[in-house]
Amino acid sequence: MLTGKVVNILLQLNQIHKVFNEGTPDEKTALHRIDLHLKPGDFMTVIGSNGAGKSTLMNMISGKLIPDIGEVLVDGTDVTLVKEHKRSRLIGRVFQDPMAGTAPSMTIEENLAIAYSRTMARGLSKGVSKKRRDFFREKLEMLHLGLENRLSAKVGLLSGGERQALSLLMATFTEPKILLLDEHTAALDPARAELITSLTKEIVETYKLTTLMVTHNMQQALDLGNRLIMMDKGQIIFETNEDQKKELTVEKLLEEFQKIRGEKMSSDKAVLI
Amino acid sequence: MPTAIFGSIEAGAIYALMALGVYLSFRILDFPDLTVDGSFVTGASVAAVMIVGGYNPFLATMTALLAGFAAGCLTGLLHTKGKINALLSGILMMIALYSINLRIMGKSNVPLLSEETAITKLTAFWQELGIDQAIQSLIGALGMGFIPKTWGILILMLILAFAAKVLIDLFLKTDIGLAIRATGDNETMIRSFSADTDLLKIAGLGISNALVAFSGALVAQYNGFSDVGMGIGMIIIGLASVIIGEAIFGAKTIVRATLAVIGGAILYRIIVTLALRVEFLETGDMKLITAVIVIGALILPKLIQQQKEKQRKRRRLAEAKKTNAYGKSGEHLAAIKSDS
Repeated sequence: MLTGKVVNILLQLNQIHKVFNEGTPDEKTALHRIDLHLKPGDFMTVIGSNGAGKSTLMNMISGKLIPDIGEVLVDGTDVTLVKEHKRSRLIGRVFQDPMAGTAPSMTIEENLAIAYSRTMARGLSKGVSKKRRDFFREKLEMLHLGLENRLSAKVGLLSGGERQALSLLMATFTEPKILLLDEHTAALDPARAELITSLTKEIVETYKLTTLMVTHNMQQALDLGNRLIMMDKGQIIFETNEDQKKELTVEKLLEEFQKIRGEKMSSDKAVLI
Repeated sequence: MPTAIFGSIEAGAIYALMALGVYLSFRILDFPDLTVDGSFVTGASVAAVMIVGGYNPFLATMTALLAGFAAGCLTGLLHTKGKINALLSGILMMIALYSINLRIMGKSNVPLLSEETAITKLTAFWQELGIDQAIQSLIGALGMGFIPKTWGILILMLILAFAAKVLIDLFLKTDIGLAIRATGDNETMIRSFSADTDLLKIAGLGISNALVAFSGALVAQYNGFSDVGMGIGMIIIGLASVIIGEAIFGAKTIVRATLAVIGGAILYRIIVTLALRVEFLETGDMKLITAVIVIGALILPKLIQQQKEKQRKRRRLAEAKKTNAYGKSGEHLAAIKSDS
């Protein structure tokens, strides 16, 4: 590739463009020539109303969707056409649905073993060895949920909050190059959401993970991370750097949005907060 | 009567291998794989033709296993790469295999009665050991009238079924095994952990049908023939074994579930044998009996569950009424009634 090894940029999206249902009356430009650069250790929050293209953006990075135009680079390597499952060696993901990130009929330790072997070629060695079990127990303690004492419990028996905490741990403890969080607290009650938010902060700081987090919650978008972008109609309409982000408040963000989108504000306000 | 039951346990142990294969596709991969009807016969045909052709029967049986593996992989390919619906890809393979099986055998039936098969060899090997005499004299001492020709087939086939069970148990605990289980449980999740679900499904279906064909090869040698129609309804028999086994022996863990499948396969054979003893039923009714057994095994546990639920509700209602008599409001009573 011409771009080669670009130092200090871990995730690079160049001119990503995606149109759905092209040539039909339902044609929709989901992403409009998006450029995005994340440095190692960056934690970027993404906000925007429904249909702004946030999820499409995530799916481009994870490899679930392939862009019409543009390229995705991870750590200097072009992965635009690399299949989702291969790419997920580098990328950890937590989904909105707490049921999506774990296998319910398998035990906690078996789920962790699956996550553990993410970075390697799977073979015929024992999934849950004694050494691994000790490691899992130690990692589960980070969650402060007592799951380390329930290693052989089926994950389907856990509550939504517990499952999401486990998903978060599974996505992160192998230290992926990039962590994608797709509204991962949105389906939880406020207390559980609070817990997952603080765990996210703790885990991302511990492993210094380069993170992209989509959220509908503006306060959460401000509390977490060092960078923030706002999306609308497939474009990045607002972006802050680290220093600007510290100064931001929910009110200022809304003002900013109003300035750019004007009249649309009143209808979007409810969605954004 | 005891002879018939003894025979059904022997056959059940051989069919248990097929049932374990069905367990892998149905329960572990959550893939209703109808290839089984075809791959069972493929196993039987390959083994029969090779044995008649003078090959070592053990080699013939192992080749049958590989043929089943290939058939399963093809179904997997149709489903994953061809994006054909799971049920349909199985049916397509089943129908294709019917013709292929005819081609393999060159005719619709290959008799093995005069051939030296794996079963006859194993029986001979067993009789050399002289264990039969020991068991016979033991049984004689206990005063039981029934004496089978040999215990060899029963014991060796049970050992084989258990060996397959233990291997499956161990395999499903390896990294690949865990990934295969997760593929059947939550595909989105396992794909986000760098597993190629297409490949895992193909491999899983391959292993499943390898077991089925292995069982088919042994059944042909046990019965003394391979017939192109011997696979009809095999998937339902496999399913019946899995469901009966799980209902009676439980399926909390993999180790327990695979044991239940073997138990279910043997139990199924016994039930069919007993059912055929009923005066007005004929051999031709066997498929109907199978269907009734499966329907029963599917519906009964739910009915029992419902009955239990009703009883619990009635008890709660009675308790609530009692409290109500002491002057409490009837609100929660209404709530209990309305959700019953």
